[in-house]
Amino acid sequence: MLTIPLLQLEKDYPYLPYYLDDFEVIWDKEKSFSENLMELPDSFFEQRKMSRNEVEEEFSAYLRSASECLSEEIRSVGSITIIPGVGKDGASECFDPITIRKGEMIAIVGETGSGKSRLLEDIEWQALKDTPTQRTILIDGKNKEEWLKTGERRRSIAQLSQNMNFVLDMNVEEFLTMHAECFLRKEEIPGKVQKVYEVAVSLAGEPFSRDTAVTALSGGQSRALMIADCAYLSRAPIVLIDEIENAGIDRRKAMELLTGNDKIVLIATHDPILSLMSPKRIVIRNGRIDKIIHRDDQEAAVLLLAEKKDHELMTLRNRIRKGEHVSISEFE
Amino acid sequence: MKLVTFAGPPATGKTTVMTRILKEIMRDGSKVGACKFDCLQTEDDKTYSQAGIPSAKGLSSELCPDHYYITNIQTVYDWGKKEELDYLFTESAGLCNRCSPYIKNVLAVCVIDQLSGIRAPRKIGPLLKLADIVLITKGDIVSQAEREVFMRRVETSNPKALIFPVNGLTGQGISEITRAIRNMAMEREIENETLRFPMPMALCSYCLGETKIGTEYQIGNVKHIKI
Repeated sequence: MLTIPLLQLEKDYPYLPYYLDDFEVIWDKEKSFSENLMELPDSFFEQRKMSRNEVEEEFSAYLRSASECLSEEIRSVGSITIIPGVGKDGASECFDPITIRKGEMIAIVGETGSGKSRLLEDIEWQALKDTPTQRTILIDGKNKEEWLKTGERRRSIAQLSQNMNFVLDMNVEEFLTMHAECFLRKEEIPGKVQKVYEVAVSLAGEPFSRDTAVTALSGGQSRALMIADCAYLSRAPIVLIDEIENAGIDRRKAMELLTGNDKIVLIATHDPILSLMSPKRIVIRNGRIDKIIHRDDQEAAVLLLAEKKDHELMTLRNRIRKGEHVSISEFE
Repeated sequence: MKLVTFAGPPATGKTTVMTRILKEIMRDGSKVGACKFDCLQTEDDKTYSQAGIPSAKGLSSELCPDHYYITNIQTVYDWGKKEELDYLFTESAGLCNRCSPYIKNVLAVCVIDQLSGIRAPRKIGPLLKLADIVLITKGDIVSQAEREVFMRRVETSNPKALIFPVNGLTGQGISEITRAIRNMAMEREIENETLRFPMPMALCSYCLGETKIGTEYQIGNVKHIKI
Protein backbone atom coordinates (compact mmCIF):
# COMPACT_ATOMS: atom_id res chain seq x y z
CA MET A 1 0.00 0.00 0.00
CA LEU A 2 2.75 2.39 0.99
CA THR A 3 4.63 1.82 -2.25
CA ILE A 4 1.73 1.97 -4.73
CA PRO A 5 1.42 5.25 -6.66
CA LEU A 6 -1.35 7.38 -5.15
CA LEU A 7 -3.08 7.77 -8.50
CA GLN A 8 -3.55 4.03 -8.68
CA LEU A 9 -4.73 3.74 -5.07
CA GLU A 10 -7.36 6.40 -5.66
CA LYS A 11 -9.14 4.15 -8.13
CA ASP A 12 -9.89 1.66 -5.37
CA TYR A 13 -10.37 4.18 -2.61
CA PRO A 14 -12.39 7.14 -3.88
CA TYR A 15 -12.15 8.56 -0.38
CA LEU A 16 -8.38 8.79 -0.36
CA PRO A 17 -8.18 12.39 -1.65
CA TYR A 18 -10.14 13.55 1.43
CA TYR A 19 -7.61 11.86 3.63
CA LEU A 20 -4.64 13.29 1.76
CA ASP A 21 -6.14 16.79 1.65
CA ASP A 22 -6.05 16.79 5.42
CA PHE A 23 -2.27 17.11 5.40
CA GLU A 24 -2.33 20.41 3.55
CA VAL A 25 0.67 19.57 1.40
CA ILE A 26 0.89 19.07 -2.36
CA TRP A 27 1.06 15.38 -3.22
CA ASP A 28 2.77 14.00 -6.28
CA LYS A 29 0.13 11.49 -7.26
CA GLU A 30 2.43 9.66 -9.65
CA LYS A 31 4.46 8.64 -6.62
CA SER A 32 3.65 6.45 -3.65
CA PHE A 33 2.80 7.65 -0.16
CA SER A 34 6.25 6.72 1.17
CA GLU A 35 8.05 8.41 -1.70
CA ASN A 36 6.03 11.54 -1.08
CA LEU A 37 6.90 11.46 2.62
CA MET A 38 10.61 11.27 1.79
CA GLU A 39 10.39 14.61 0.07
CA LEU A 40 8.62 16.42 2.90
CA PRO A 41 10.65 18.68 5.17
CA ASP A 42 11.23 17.80 8.82
CA SER A 43 8.90 20.62 9.80
CA PHE A 44 6.01 18.57 8.40
CA PHE A 45 6.59 15.90 11.03
CA GLU A 46 7.46 18.33 13.77
CA GLN A 47 4.21 20.20 13.27
CA ARG A 48 2.26 17.00 13.71
CA LYS A 49 4.35 15.65 16.56
CA MET A 50 4.56 12.41 14.62
CA SER A 51 7.50 10.49 13.20
CA ARG A 52 7.72 9.31 9.60
CA ASN A 53 6.88 5.81 10.81
CA GLU A 54 3.84 6.95 12.72
CA VAL A 55 2.49 8.82 9.70
CA GLU A 56 2.96 5.71 7.57
CA GLU A 57 1.34 3.56 10.19
CA GLU A 58 -1.68 5.83 10.36
CA PHE A 59 -1.97 5.78 6.58
CA SER A 60 -1.92 1.98 6.50
CA ALA A 61 -4.50 1.83 9.30
CA TYR A 62 -6.70 4.21 7.37
CA LEU A 63 -6.52 2.16 4.18
CA ARG A 64 -7.27 -1.01 6.11
CA SER A 65 -10.41 0.47 7.60
CA ALA A 66 -11.38 1.92 4.22
CA SER A 67 -11.06 -1.42 2.50
CA GLU A 68 -13.13 -3.02 5.25
CA CYS A 69 -15.82 -0.51 4.53
CA LEU A 70 -15.69 -1.09 0.78
CA SER A 71 -15.59 -4.86 0.83
CA GLU A 72 -18.20 -5.14 3.52
CA GLU A 73 -21.23 -6.92 2.18
CA ILE A 74 -24.45 -5.11 2.81
CA ARG A 75 -25.23 -6.98 5.97
CA SER A 76 -28.86 -7.77 5.59
CA VAL A 77 -30.81 -8.16 8.77
CA GLY A 78 -33.16 -11.13 8.74
CA SER A 79 -35.65 -9.97 11.33
CA ILE A 80 -36.57 -7.58 14.11
CA THR A 81 -38.59 -8.77 17.11
CA ILE A 82 -40.48 -6.52 19.51
CA ILE A 83 -40.98 -7.95 23.01
CA PRO A 84 -43.64 -6.32 25.23
CA GLY A 85 -42.91 -3.70 27.88
CA VAL A 86 -45.20 -1.28 29.70
CA GLY A 87 -47.39 1.73 28.81
CA LYS A 88 -47.23 5.28 30.13
CA ASP A 89 -49.34 4.24 33.13
CA GLY A 90 -47.03 1.33 33.92
CA ALA A 91 -49.56 -1.29 32.78
CA SER A 92 -48.02 -4.21 30.89
CA GLU A 93 -48.41 -4.58 27.19
CA CYS A 94 -50.31 -7.71 26.18
CA PHE A 95 -49.22 -8.99 22.82
CA ASP A 96 -47.22 -11.89 21.49
CA PRO A 97 -43.76 -10.80 20.39
CA ILE A 98 -43.96 -9.24 16.91
CA THR A 99 -41.41 -10.30 14.31
CA ILE A 100 -40.85 -8.31 11.12
CA ARG A 101 -38.74 -9.96 8.43
CA LYS A 102 -36.47 -8.80 5.66
CA GLY A 103 -38.42 -7.21 2.82
CA GLU A 104 -41.46 -6.53 5.01
CA MET A 105 -43.01 -3.30 6.11
CA ILE A 106 -45.12 -2.64 9.14
CA ALA A 107 -47.17 0.45 9.87
CA ILE A 108 -47.47 1.99 13.31
CA VAL A 109 -50.67 3.93 13.89
CA GLY A 110 -52.14 5.86 16.80
CA GLU A 111 -53.08 9.35 17.89
CA THR A 112 -50.52 12.13 18.11
CA GLY A 113 -48.54 11.70 21.32
CA SER A 114 -49.62 8.06 21.75
CA GLY A 115 -46.05 6.75 21.48
CA LYS A 116 -45.43 5.90 17.82
CA SER A 117 -42.12 7.73 17.68
CA ARG A 118 -41.15 6.17 20.99
CA LEU A 119 -41.46 2.71 19.42
CA LEU A 120 -39.21 3.79 16.55
CA GLU A 121 -36.72 5.10 19.10
CA ASP A 122 -36.81 1.77 20.95
CA ILE A 123 -35.84 0.04 17.72
CA GLU A 124 -33.12 2.54 16.85
CA TRP A 125 -31.74 2.15 20.35
CA GLN A 126 -32.21 -1.61 20.32
CA ALA A 127 -33.93 -1.28 23.64
CA LEU A 128 -33.15 -3.80 26.33
CA LYS A 129 -35.55 -2.78 29.10
CA ASP A 130 -33.48 0.41 29.26
CA THR A 131 -36.01 2.85 27.82
CA PRO A 132 -39.18 4.26 29.42
CA THR A 133 -41.26 1.57 27.66
CA GLN A 134 -39.20 -1.31 29.10
CA ARG A 135 -39.45 -3.06 25.75
CA THR A 136 -36.79 -5.36 24.33
CA ILE A 137 -35.86 -5.36 20.66
CA LEU A 138 -34.12 -8.35 19.12
CA ILE A 139 -32.25 -8.17 15.83
CA ASP A 140 -31.89 -11.60 14.25
CA GLY A 141 -32.94 -13.03 17.59
CA LYS A 142 -30.17 -11.35 19.57
CA ASN A 143 -30.49 -8.47 22.00
CA LYS A 144 -28.11 -5.52 22.29
CA GLU A 145 -25.85 -7.18 24.87
CA GLU A 146 -25.51 -10.33 22.80
CA TRP A 147 -24.62 -8.26 19.74
CA LEU A 148 -21.98 -6.35 21.70
CA LYS A 149 -20.38 -9.64 22.69
CA THR A 150 -20.08 -10.76 19.07
CA GLY A 151 -18.00 -7.63 18.48
CA GLU A 152 -19.49 -7.35 15.02
CA ARG A 153 -19.61 -3.84 13.64
CA ARG A 154 -23.19 -2.73 13.69
CA ARG A 155 -24.67 -1.33 10.52
CA SER A 156 -26.55 1.82 11.21
CA ILE A 157 -30.28 2.11 11.05
CA ALA A 158 -31.56 4.60 8.49
CA GLN A 159 -34.10 7.14 9.63
CA LEU A 160 -36.35 9.39 7.68
CA SER A 161 -38.71 11.94 9.14
CA GLN A 162 -40.65 15.04 8.32
CA ASN A 163 -38.12 17.08 10.34
CA MET A 164 -35.12 16.04 8.29
CA ASN A 165 -33.79 18.40 5.69
CA PHE A 166 -30.84 18.71 3.38
CA VAL A 167 -28.44 21.32 4.70
CA LEU A 168 -25.56 21.05 2.27
CA ASP A 169 -24.81 23.57 -0.41
CA MET A 170 -24.60 21.11 -3.32
CA ASN A 171 -26.60 20.02 -6.30
CA VAL A 172 -28.33 16.66 -6.63
CA GLU A 173 -25.57 15.07 -8.64
CA GLU A 174 -22.75 16.27 -6.39
CA PHE A 175 -24.73 15.20 -3.38
CA LEU A 176 -25.36 11.67 -4.61
CA THR A 177 -21.78 11.31 -5.81
CA MET A 178 -20.52 12.34 -2.41
CA HIS A 179 -22.70 9.73 -0.73
CA ALA A 180 -21.76 7.04 -3.26
CA GLU A 181 -18.05 7.70 -2.65
CA CYS A 182 -18.53 6.43 0.89
CA PHE A 183 -19.25 2.89 -0.24
CA LEU A 184 -18.46 2.35 -3.90
CA ARG A 185 -15.49 2.00 -6.18
CA LYS A 186 -14.89 4.81 -8.61
CA GLU A 187 -16.19 3.08 -11.73
CA GLU A 188 -19.47 2.12 -10.06
CA ILE A 189 -20.34 5.63 -8.95
CA PRO A 190 -21.75 7.37 -12.07
CA GLY A 191 -24.14 4.51 -12.90
CA LYS A 192 -25.47 4.31 -9.38
CA VAL A 193 -25.92 8.08 -9.13
CA GLN A 194 -27.95 8.07 -12.36
CA LYS A 195 -30.11 5.23 -11.05
CA VAL A 196 -30.90 6.97 -7.76
CA TYR A 197 -31.67 10.20 -9.58
CA GLU A 198 -34.08 8.54 -12.03
CA VAL A 199 -35.91 6.68 -9.28
CA ALA A 200 -36.17 9.84 -7.17
CA VAL A 201 -37.77 11.72 -10.06
CA SER A 202 -40.23 8.91 -10.67
CA LEU A 203 -41.25 8.95 -6.99
CA ALA A 204 -41.53 12.71 -6.76
CA GLY A 205 -44.12 13.21 -9.46
CA GLU A 206 -42.58 16.57 -10.22
CA PRO A 207 -39.38 16.31 -12.25
CA PHE A 208 -36.18 18.08 -11.18
CA SER A 209 -32.79 18.31 -12.81
CA ARG A 210 -29.50 16.86 -11.61
CA ASP A 211 -28.09 20.31 -11.07
CA THR A 212 -30.83 21.53 -8.74
CA ALA A 213 -29.41 22.48 -5.34
CA VAL A 214 -30.62 19.92 -2.80
CA THR A 215 -31.79 22.72 -0.53
CA ALA A 216 -33.98 24.08 -3.36
CA LEU A 217 -35.97 20.85 -3.80
CA SER A 218 -39.64 20.89 -2.81
CA GLY A 219 -40.80 18.88 0.20
CA GLY A 220 -41.93 16.04 -2.06
CA GLN A 221 -38.80 16.07 -4.18
CA SER A 222 -36.47 15.97 -1.21
CA ARG A 223 -38.43 13.13 0.46
CA ALA A 224 -38.30 11.26 -2.87
CA LEU A 225 -34.56 11.78 -3.13
CA MET A 226 -34.06 10.66 0.47
CA ILE A 227 -36.05 7.46 -0.13
CA ALA A 228 -34.29 6.58 -3.39
CA ASP A 229 -30.96 7.29 -1.73
CA CYS A 230 -31.92 5.11 1.26
CA ALA A 231 -32.95 2.26 -1.02
CA TYR A 232 -29.89 2.20 -3.28
CA LEU A 233 -26.98 3.90 -1.53
CA SER A 234 -27.41 3.64 2.22
CA ARG A 235 -26.29 0.30 3.53
CA ALA A 236 -28.55 0.37 6.53
CA PRO A 237 -30.74 -2.75 6.45
CA ILE A 238 -33.47 -1.21 8.62
CA VAL A 239 -35.38 1.92 7.70
CA LEU A 240 -37.47 3.82 10.24
CA ILE A 241 -39.87 6.35 8.79
CA ASP A 242 -41.74 8.92 10.82
CA GLU A 243 -44.62 10.63 9.02
CA ILE A 244 -43.73 11.46 5.46
CA GLU A 245 -47.23 11.35 4.04
CA ASN A 246 -47.82 15.01 3.32
CA ALA A 247 -45.09 15.20 0.75
CA GLY A 248 -47.20 14.15 -2.24
CA ILE A 249 -44.89 11.36 -3.38
CA ASP A 250 -45.86 7.99 -4.82
CA ARG A 251 -46.18 6.14 -1.53
CA ARG A 252 -46.82 2.67 -2.87
CA LYS A 253 -43.81 2.85 -5.15
CA ALA A 254 -41.67 4.23 -2.34
CA MET A 255 -42.50 1.36 0.01
CA GLU A 256 -42.07 -1.25 -2.71
CA LEU A 257 -38.71 0.23 -3.53
CA LEU A 258 -37.46 -0.05 0.04
CA THR A 259 -38.86 -3.50 0.77
CA GLY A 260 -37.77 -4.68 -2.68
CA ASN A 261 -34.21 -3.88 -1.65
CA ASP A 262 -34.53 -6.29 1.27
CA LYS A 263 -34.92 -3.57 3.86
CA ILE A 264 -37.09 -3.89 6.92
CA VAL A 265 -39.35 -0.86 6.97
CA LEU A 266 -41.22 0.47 9.99
CA ILE A 267 -43.36 3.47 9.36
CA ALA A 268 -45.22 5.61 11.88
CA THR A 269 -48.08 7.19 10.02
CA HIS A 270 -51.51 8.81 10.01
CA ASP A 271 -51.98 8.07 6.33
CA PRO A 272 -54.74 5.57 5.49
CA ILE A 273 -53.03 4.28 2.35
CA LEU A 274 -49.65 3.68 3.97
CA SER A 275 -51.38 2.05 6.95
CA LEU A 276 -53.44 -0.29 4.81
CA MET A 277 -50.56 -1.11 2.48
CA SER A 278 -48.88 -2.80 5.39
CA PRO A 279 -50.05 -6.42 5.85
CA LYS A 280 -49.99 -5.89 9.62
CA ARG A 281 -50.21 -2.70 11.59
CA ILE A 282 -49.39 -1.90 15.17
CA VAL A 283 -51.93 0.21 17.02
CA ILE A 284 -50.52 2.31 19.84
CA ARG A 285 -52.61 3.81 22.62
CA ASN A 286 -51.35 5.67 25.67
CA GLY A 287 -47.79 4.46 25.16
CA ARG A 288 -48.80 0.80 24.84
CA ILE A 289 -48.96 -1.47 21.84
CA ASP A 290 -52.70 -2.00 22.09
CA LYS A 291 -53.20 -4.49 19.26
CA ILE A 292 -51.95 -5.74 15.94
CA ILE A 293 -54.40 -5.65 13.07
CA HIS A 294 -53.88 -8.03 10.15
CA ARG A 295 -55.19 -6.74 6.87
CA ASP A 296 -58.08 -8.95 5.73
CA ASP A 297 -60.00 -9.05 2.44
CA GLN A 298 -62.28 -6.29 3.64
CA GLU A 299 -59.37 -4.00 4.31
CA ALA A 300 -57.63 -4.94 1.09
CA ALA A 301 -60.74 -3.79 -0.75
CA VAL A 302 -60.76 -0.53 1.21
CA LEU A 303 -57.11 -0.01 0.25
CA LEU A 304 -57.97 -0.29 -3.45
CA LEU A 305 -60.78 2.21 -3.02
CA ALA A 306 -58.57 4.61 -1.08
CA GLU A 307 -55.89 4.43 -3.74
CA LYS A 308 -58.46 5.16 -6.44
CA LYS A 309 -59.73 8.21 -4.56
CA ASP A 310 -56.20 9.30 -3.92
CA HIS A 311 -55.39 8.99 -7.59
CA GLU A 312 -58.39 11.13 -8.48
CA LEU A 313 -57.27 13.78 -6.04
CA MET A 314 -53.74 13.72 -7.41
CA THR A 315 -55.04 14.15 -10.94
CA LEU A 316 -57.13 17.07 -9.81
CA ARG A 317 -54.14 18.58 -8.08
CA ASN A 318 -52.00 18.32 -11.19
CA ARG A 319 -54.68 19.82 -13.39
CA ILE A 320 -55.16 22.77 -11.11
CA ARG A 321 -51.42 23.20 -10.94
CA LYS A 322 -51.30 23.35 -14.72
CA GLY A 323 -53.88 26.13 -14.72
CA GLU A 324 -56.92 24.16 -15.90
CA HIS A 325 -60.57 24.93 -15.09
CA VAL A 326 -62.40 22.01 -13.45
CA SER A 327 -66.11 21.25 -13.19
CA ILE A 328 -68.33 19.13 -10.95
CA SER A 329 -69.76 17.14 -13.85
CA GLU A 330 -66.45 15.31 -14.25
CA PHE A 331 -66.95 13.72 -10.83
CA GLU A 332 -70.56 12.60 -11.18
CA MET B 1 -11.08 10.10 40.43
CA LYS B 2 -11.37 9.71 36.69
CA LEU B 3 -10.88 12.84 34.62
CA VAL B 4 -12.49 13.18 31.19
CA THR B 5 -11.88 16.20 28.97
CA PHE B 6 -14.61 17.31 26.60
CA ALA B 7 -13.97 19.80 23.83
CA GLY B 8 -15.70 20.99 20.70
CA PRO B 9 -16.60 24.07 18.71
CA PRO B 10 -19.03 26.51 20.36
CA ALA B 11 -22.76 25.70 20.41
CA THR B 12 -22.44 22.06 19.42
CA GLY B 13 -24.32 20.87 22.49
CA LYS B 14 -21.43 19.92 24.76
CA THR B 15 -23.12 20.95 28.00
CA THR B 16 -26.40 19.21 27.17
CA VAL B 17 -24.69 15.96 26.22
CA MET B 18 -22.33 16.07 29.20
CA THR B 19 -25.18 16.69 31.62
CA ARG B 20 -26.99 13.65 30.22
CA ILE B 21 -23.91 11.45 30.54
CA LEU B 22 -23.16 12.65 34.07
CA LYS B 23 -26.74 11.94 35.13
CA GLU B 24 -26.46 8.47 33.66
CA ILE B 25 -23.23 7.86 35.58
CA MET B 26 -24.84 9.12 38.80
CA ARG B 27 -27.49 6.42 38.59
CA ASP B 28 -25.26 3.85 40.27
CA GLY B 29 -24.39 6.27 43.08
CA SER B 30 -21.10 7.53 41.62
CA LYS B 31 -20.20 11.13 42.52
CA VAL B 32 -19.70 13.35 39.51
CA GLY B 33 -18.69 16.95 38.87
CA ALA B 34 -18.04 19.30 35.96
CA CYS B 35 -15.90 22.31 35.21
CA LYS B 36 -16.57 24.66 32.34
CA PHE B 37 -13.79 26.73 30.78
CA ASP B 38 -14.92 29.63 28.68
CA CYS B 39 -13.80 33.06 27.50
CA LEU B 40 -16.13 35.84 28.49
CA GLN B 41 -19.17 34.46 30.17
CA THR B 42 -21.00 31.22 30.75
CA GLU B 43 -24.29 30.14 32.30
CA ASP B 44 -23.44 26.49 31.92
CA ASP B 45 -22.47 26.04 35.57
CA LYS B 46 -26.14 26.78 36.36
CA THR B 47 -27.22 24.02 33.98
CA TYR B 48 -25.05 21.63 35.95
CA SER B 49 -26.25 22.76 39.36
CA GLN B 50 -29.86 22.46 38.23
CA ALA B 51 -29.11 18.85 37.43
CA GLY B 52 -27.65 18.39 40.91
CA ILE B 53 -24.09 18.20 39.62
CA PRO B 54 -21.39 20.11 41.57
CA SER B 55 -19.62 22.44 39.16
CA ALA B 56 -16.86 24.98 38.81
CA LYS B 57 -16.21 27.54 36.10
CA GLY B 58 -13.19 29.38 34.78
CA LEU B 59 -13.27 32.42 32.53
CA SER B 60 -10.07 33.29 30.71
CA SER B 61 -11.27 36.81 29.77
CA GLU B 62 -8.24 38.69 28.32
CA LEU B 63 -6.05 35.56 28.11
CA CYS B 64 -5.94 32.81 25.54
CA PRO B 65 -8.58 30.30 26.74
CA ASP B 66 -6.44 27.26 25.99
CA HIS B 67 -3.40 28.58 27.83
CA TYR B 68 -5.69 29.48 30.71
CA TYR B 69 -7.10 25.97 30.65
CA ILE B 70 -3.80 24.17 30.87
CA THR B 71 -2.54 26.53 33.57
CA ASN B 72 -5.53 25.74 35.74
CA ILE B 73 -6.29 22.10 35.07
CA GLN B 74 -4.31 20.95 38.11
CA THR B 75 -6.31 23.27 40.41
CA VAL B 76 -9.55 21.97 38.95
CA TYR B 77 -8.33 18.42 39.38
CA ASP B 78 -7.52 19.12 43.03
CA TRP B 79 -10.98 20.61 43.52
CA GLY B 80 -12.53 17.42 42.17
CA LYS B 81 -10.43 15.34 44.55
CA LYS B 82 -11.47 17.48 47.49
CA GLU B 83 -15.12 17.02 46.52
CA GLU B 84 -14.39 13.27 46.47
CA LEU B 85 -15.70 12.88 42.94
CA ASP B 86 -15.54 9.58 41.07
CA TYR B 87 -15.76 11.34 37.72
CA LEU B 88 -14.75 14.88 36.79
CA PHE B 89 -15.63 16.21 33.34
CA THR B 90 -14.03 19.36 31.98
CA GLU B 91 -15.54 21.26 29.11
CA SER B 92 -13.87 23.76 26.81
CA ALA B 93 -14.70 25.33 23.47
CA GLY B 94 -12.14 25.06 20.70
CA LEU B 95 -12.57 28.62 19.64
CA CYS B 96 -10.07 29.02 16.83
CA ASN B 97 -9.92 25.30 15.96
CA ARG B 98 -6.16 25.45 16.34
CA CYS B 99 -5.77 23.82 19.74
CA SER B 100 -6.95 20.81 21.56
CA PRO B 101 -7.04 20.63 25.34
CA TYR B 102 -6.37 16.89 25.39
CA ILE B 103 -3.85 15.43 27.77
CA LYS B 104 -1.95 12.19 27.23
CA ASN B 105 -3.46 9.30 29.21
CA VAL B 106 -6.62 11.30 29.99
CA LEU B 107 -9.76 10.32 28.09
CA ALA B 108 -10.52 12.92 25.41
CA VAL B 109 -14.00 13.40 23.98
CA CYS B 110 -14.79 15.69 21.05
CA VAL B 111 -18.32 16.95 20.41
CA ILE B 112 -19.11 18.22 16.93
CA ASP B 113 -22.41 18.92 15.26
CA GLN B 114 -23.79 17.68 12.02
CA LEU B 115 -24.82 21.20 10.98
CA SER B 116 -21.29 22.55 10.95
CA GLY B 117 -20.99 21.38 7.35
CA ILE B 118 -19.28 18.57 5.54
CA ARG B 119 -15.89 20.24 5.56
CA ALA B 120 -15.91 20.77 9.30
CA PRO B 121 -14.17 17.51 10.19
CA ARG B 122 -11.14 18.75 8.25
CA LYS B 123 -11.24 22.29 9.56
CA ILE B 124 -11.43 21.33 13.19
CA GLY B 125 -7.92 19.88 13.32
CA PRO B 126 -6.37 18.41 16.47
CA LEU B 127 -9.58 18.91 18.43
CA LEU B 128 -11.07 16.11 16.34
CA LYS B 129 -8.00 14.23 15.20
CA LEU B 130 -6.61 13.58 18.66
CA ALA B 131 -9.83 12.65 20.44
CA ASP B 132 -10.48 9.11 21.71
CA ILE B 133 -14.24 9.40 21.38
CA VAL B 134 -16.14 11.61 18.93
CA LEU B 135 -19.79 12.48 19.52
CA ILE B 136 -21.87 13.81 16.64
CA THR B 137 -24.88 15.91 17.64
CA LYS B 138 -27.89 17.31 15.75
CA GLY B 139 -28.11 14.41 13.32
CA ASP B 140 -31.88 14.25 13.76
CA ILE B 141 -32.56 17.21 11.52
CA VAL B 142 -30.53 16.28 8.45
CA SER B 143 -30.92 13.52 5.87
CA GLN B 144 -29.66 9.98 6.31
CA ALA B 145 -27.21 10.53 3.46
CA GLU B 146 -25.68 13.54 5.20
CA ARG B 147 -25.36 11.60 8.44
CA GLU B 148 -23.55 8.78 6.67
CA VAL B 149 -21.22 11.08 4.76
CA PHE B 150 -20.40 13.08 7.87
CA MET B 151 -19.64 9.89 9.77
CA ARG B 152 -17.28 8.84 7.00
CA ARG B 153 -15.50 12.18 7.04
CA VAL B 154 -15.02 11.95 10.77
CA GLU B 155 -13.62 8.43 10.41
CA THR B 156 -11.29 9.74 7.73
CA SER B 157 -9.99 12.51 9.96
CA ASN B 158 -9.65 10.28 12.98
CA PRO B 159 -9.54 6.59 12.05
CA LYS B 160 -8.81 5.50 15.62
CA ALA B 161 -11.68 7.13 17.51
CA LEU B 162 -14.91 5.54 18.64
CA ILE B 163 -17.67 7.54 16.98
CA PHE B 164 -21.22 7.85 18.29
CA PRO B 165 -24.19 9.80 17.01
CA VAL B 166 -26.05 11.36 19.93
CA ASN B 167 -29.22 13.30 20.44
CA GLY B 168 -28.76 15.64 23.40
CA LEU B 169 -32.45 16.50 23.53
CA THR B 170 -33.95 13.01 23.64
CA GLY B 171 -30.93 11.25 25.13
CA GLN B 172 -30.62 8.76 22.29
CA GLY B 173 -27.15 7.26 22.32
CA ILE B 174 -26.30 8.34 25.87
CA SER B 175 -26.24 4.89 27.47
CA GLU B 176 -23.80 3.46 24.90
CA ILE B 177 -21.56 6.51 25.26
CA THR B 178 -21.65 6.30 29.03
CA ARG B 179 -20.64 2.67 28.84
CA ALA B 180 -17.67 3.54 26.60
CA ILE B 181 -16.57 6.34 28.93
CA ARG B 182 -16.77 4.09 31.98
CA ASN B 183 -14.62 1.52 30.20
CA MET B 184 -12.03 3.92 28.88
CA ALA B 185 -11.54 6.57 31.58
CA MET B 186 -8.52 5.98 33.78
CA GLU B 187 -7.82 6.68 37.43
CA ARG B 188 -4.68 8.78 37.25
CA GLU B 189 -2.86 11.79 38.68
CA ILE B 190 -2.31 14.48 36.08
CA GLU B 191 0.72 16.26 37.44
CA ASN B 192 3.60 15.95 34.95
CA GLU B 193 1.33 14.63 32.20
CA THR B 194 1.76 16.21 28.75
CA LEU B 195 -0.57 17.88 26.29
CA ARG B 196 -1.27 15.78 23.21
CA PHE B 197 -0.71 18.75 20.93
CA PRO B 198 1.27 21.90 21.73
CA MET B 199 -0.48 25.23 22.22
CA PRO B 200 0.24 27.95 19.68
CA MET B 201 3.29 30.12 20.20
CA ALA B 202 1.82 33.50 20.92
CA LEU B 203 4.49 35.98 21.70
CA CYS B 204 3.88 39.04 19.59
CA SER B 205 3.15 42.64 20.50
CA TYR B 206 -0.61 42.05 20.23
CA CYS B 207 -0.36 39.40 22.96
CA LEU B 208 1.01 42.17 25.11
CA GLY B 209 -1.89 44.49 24.52
CA GLU B 210 -0.86 46.35 21.33
CA THR B 211 -3.91 47.56 19.39
CA LYS B 212 -2.49 49.64 16.52
CA ILE B 213 -2.15 48.43 12.93
CA GLY B 214 1.15 48.70 11.04
CA THR B 215 4.50 46.89 10.77
CA GLU B 216 6.19 49.27 13.18
CA TYR B 217 3.90 48.04 15.99
CA GLN B 218 4.69 44.37 15.35
CA ILE B 219 7.33 42.81 17.53
CA GLY B 220 8.15 39.20 18.29
CA ASN B 221 6.76 36.01 16.75
CA VAL B 222 4.80 37.38 13.75
CA LYS B 223 3.97 35.64 10.49
CA HIS B 224 3.19 37.49 7.26
CA ILE B 225 0.60 36.48 4.70
CA LYS B 226 1.90 35.45 1.28
CA ILE B 227 -0.34 36.54 -1.59
